[in-house]
Amino acid sequence: MELKSKDLLGLEYLSRKEIQLILDTTIPFKNLFTRSVKKVPPLRGKTVVILFYEPSTRTRASFELAAKRLNADTLNITVSSSSVVKGESLIDTGKTLEAMKADFVVIRHGMAGAAHLLARTVKASVINAGDGSHEHPTQGLLDMFTMREKFGSISGLKVAIVGDILHSRVARSNIWGLNKMGAKVYVVGPSTLIPKFIEDLNVTVCYNLKEIIGELDVVNILRIQKERTVESLFPSLHEYHKIFGVTEEMLGKSKKSLLIMHPGPMNRGIEISSVVADSERSVITEQVTNGIAVRMSILYLLGGKASEINY
Amino acid sequence: MKLIIKGGRVIDPANGTDKKLDILVENGKVVKKSSNIDLNGEKVIDAANLIVTPGFIDMHTHLREPGREDKETIASGTRSAARGGFTTICCMPNTQPPVDSIAGVKFILVTAAQEGIINVFPVGCITKGREGKELAEIGKMNNAGIVGISDDGSPVMNAQIMRHALEYTKMFDIPVLAHCEDLNLSAGGVMNEGFMSTVLGLKGIPRQAEETMVSRDIELTELTGGKIHIQHITTLNSVEIIRQAKRKKIKVSCETCPQYFSLSDEAVRGYNTSAKVNPPLRTDKDIKAIKKGIADGTIDCIASDHAPHTDVEKAQEFDAAPFGTIGLETMFPLIMTNLVDKKVLTLSRAIAKITINPARVLGLNKGTLSKGADADIAIINPKPVSTVTGDFVSLSKNSPFIGMKLKGSIVATIAGGKVVMQDGR
Amino acid sequence: MKKNIIMNEKEIYRAIKRMSHEIVEKNYAMKNLVMIGIQTEGVFLARRIAKEIENIEGKKIPVGVLDITFYRDDADSIANQPKVRETNIPFNIKNKVIVLVDDVLFAGRTVRAALDGIMDFGRPKIIRLAVLVDRGLRELPIRPDFVGKKITTTPKDRIVVELKETKKNDRVILQVKPG
Repeated sequence: MELKSKDLLGLEYLSRKEIQLILDTTIPFKNLFTRSVKKVPPLRGKTVVILFYEPSTRTRASFELAAKRLNADTLNITVSSSSVVKGESLIDTGKTLEAMKADFVVIRHGMAGAAHLLARTVKASVINAGDGSHEHPTQGLLDMFTMREKFGSISGLKVAIVGDILHSRVARSNIWGLNKMGAKVYVVGPSTLIPKFIEDLNVTVCYNLKEIIGELDVVNILRIQKERTVESLFPSLHEYHKIFGVTEEMLGKSKKSLLIMHPGPMNRGIEISSVVADSERSVITEQVTNGIAVRMSILYLLGGKASEINY
Repeated sequence: MKLIIKGGRVIDPANGTDKKLDILVENGKVVKKSSNIDLNGEKVIDAANLIVTPGFIDMHTHLREPGREDKETIASGTRSAARGGFTTICCMPNTQPPVDSIAGVKFILVTAAQEGIINVFPVGCITKGREGKELAEIGKMNNAGIVGISDDGSPVMNAQIMRHALEYTKMFDIPVLAHCEDLNLSAGGVMNEGFMSTVLGLKGIPRQAEETMVSRDIELTELTGGKIHIQHITTLNSVEIIRQAKRKKIKVSCETCPQYFSLSDEAVRGYNTSAKVNPPLRTDKDIKAIKKGIADGTIDCIASDHAPHTDVEKAQEFDAAPFGTIGLETMFPLIMTNLVDKKVLTLSRAIAKITINPARVLGLNKGTLSKGADADIAIINPKPVSTVTGDFVSLSKNSPFIGMKLKGSIVATIAGGKVVMQDGR
Repeated sequence: MKKNIIMNEKEIYRAIKRMSHEIVEKNYAMKNLVMIGIQTEGVFLARRIAKEIENIEGKKIPVGVLDITFYRDDADSIANQPKVRETNIPFNIKNKVIVLVDDVLFAGRTVRAALDGIMDFGRPKIIRLAVLVDRGLRELPIRPDFVGKKITTTPKDRIVVELKETKKNDRVILQVKPG
């Protein structure tokens, strides 16, 4: 069993078996974290370029740690979004990285499909760390790893994704992955932030979390962006909090085993209350730990492809 | 200078002709049509087993000159058109600077006369600078030779200004060519809003951005008694709205483009920027409705919306790449493959949609092979199947049709009695 | 392909028993002795040896499990990344006497990788190597301390160790490629 593609662009493109392989391989990497030496050498001498066109602290840090714990060299490149307009084209940047003999390029970009464009340009393995509103596959995988760790299996779980589904790459990766692994997925959010035909992705749309909370095993809460009020997608953050904010009161009828997840960074008091975020049901900090292990697993599995690059 | 086109099947929809005829061309005019014209030392084109039609008319071409001669020029664009069987093209005014004055119109006419190889008719702007604020000098441009007005790509959002444009052009009997798009509904959109845009995470443009403006412009036409031609319609409802308007005898005509009956938004999968066009590719349901509209005559014309862009511009993130596909050289094979071969309409009716029908909409004395008509002629072979390669005459190569197997080819193009293209040269 | 059974169940049992005695005879401080088996067959053998020593000395010997995948030196030449298996060393190895156990000793590269892997867990006092079969043809300066059976092979031959933990019988097979 191996991954078919040299790149990880989205969970849409992975089979159930490939997802399973990534999650299985994550376990031994996570086990390393309990050791005093958390580093192993399988990517010794490889170069991982972390190319970010959007500000991000945690995803970048997570990839960097993952690469370093596999003994790879890392190179951080941050391109401010303003210079995208005037600056070098993505293809030219790709060619530059190629000339630097990069083995992996981890890319975060504000436009959907940017990772695809780069993957077509370079021989290196491209890992999509979030492209516009399209996908964020490593987040989807770490969310699923966390669920599997807690419940033993993903199949049959009922998972609600709450928030701005329209603009969320985390939502799309979760939907693809969870469906492939046999979970039932609900999306919950303001009707202006639920995209057209989302039901055709095999999800159930709901506008009131309370109606379904009793059935759920996982509530995955998305970060809400303040800018969306400017576009008249909802009137105010306060109104959003009143209707969709996940609070203790909202969770009244939930199962004891309910997991609270959030990809971070959180807006406490808006999409999630502090009490919920810090409760025993919350696995938000574990998601961060698992994120590193999942990314190590992906780098390791794609490493075989990187070794075939003929520079 | 005499030329005989011998032994071809002549299809001239304007005259209801479809039979084997020889055509004698002299001094740029069709002089004689007869079942057998004896040779008398004239230049002869053997059209045995081929089809002879009026030269095609494209009422929606972007030549990019002046301003973006790296994408296309009047010289290259007319050659690309000739390769596709066109003898007349109407160029849209969204150049840099836009054609919103007599100077711009004259520049195109002079350059086309000197460097072009087929007829070029300019379309002038509706408003100054295509800004949608003040009417351009439509009358002066009309005197200089425009065949219609359009702010193509920048629809006139202000209904009052659109009303005035429709009213004002009544005097000159030229049509307003309307790109129907509500810019508020389409803001930020890069593809059709639907399942595919949801999957790809791209901002969608709803059908209603087109349809509400089609409705508005038809209502304004009814109000003013002006003449409207709706450009590149793409949706089921647009077809239906226009069908109803025609029933009410409102002076509306419309066009669609080959991409809108050949491709759905599935073509965008993989962030294929060559399939990024405006209006966007819709769905199978719309393709079906467009074909029905073509078949029942609701859609009068088929135009290319030939929109050249450089490789560098198209090889960007999908959001950043410009809208548009080239289309002059693939137009006839797409019509042949997706309409005639699929029995949507006969070859004769298909030819009408790219000859006499656009000529009538624009008031051009062209698009027919009547005795005395301009000798604008296309000689076509409807049979051979070939794969579209990137080997276009156009300076640009942005086409979503590359790699497709299509039927039909253009053997020769004759403009004003002169052979401007033969066997691909 | 010619298949020879070079060790049967009884022979394997005797070899393990003898190696266990040899380990005991070395007079290591029993409280510091631990076994680490290399995935997968090495783990089974380590457990059997630990059991034998327990029978002899009446003391339980801890057994750890080591997967050497991360430490392989051939990652660059294999496109299909090898499956990562469990590593579980549930004891502190500092100042311990480790008997590293594998099924077949060949080039010595697996043992080299295992030594790297162990060192990442801490600094043991001594590491010794026990193998069921030593087939020769070493590429690195590594030699075993306890050997079940030593045989001479050519590089093309294959040695397959089947143990009852996962297979029907205990046996060691030598597959000789003709020519």
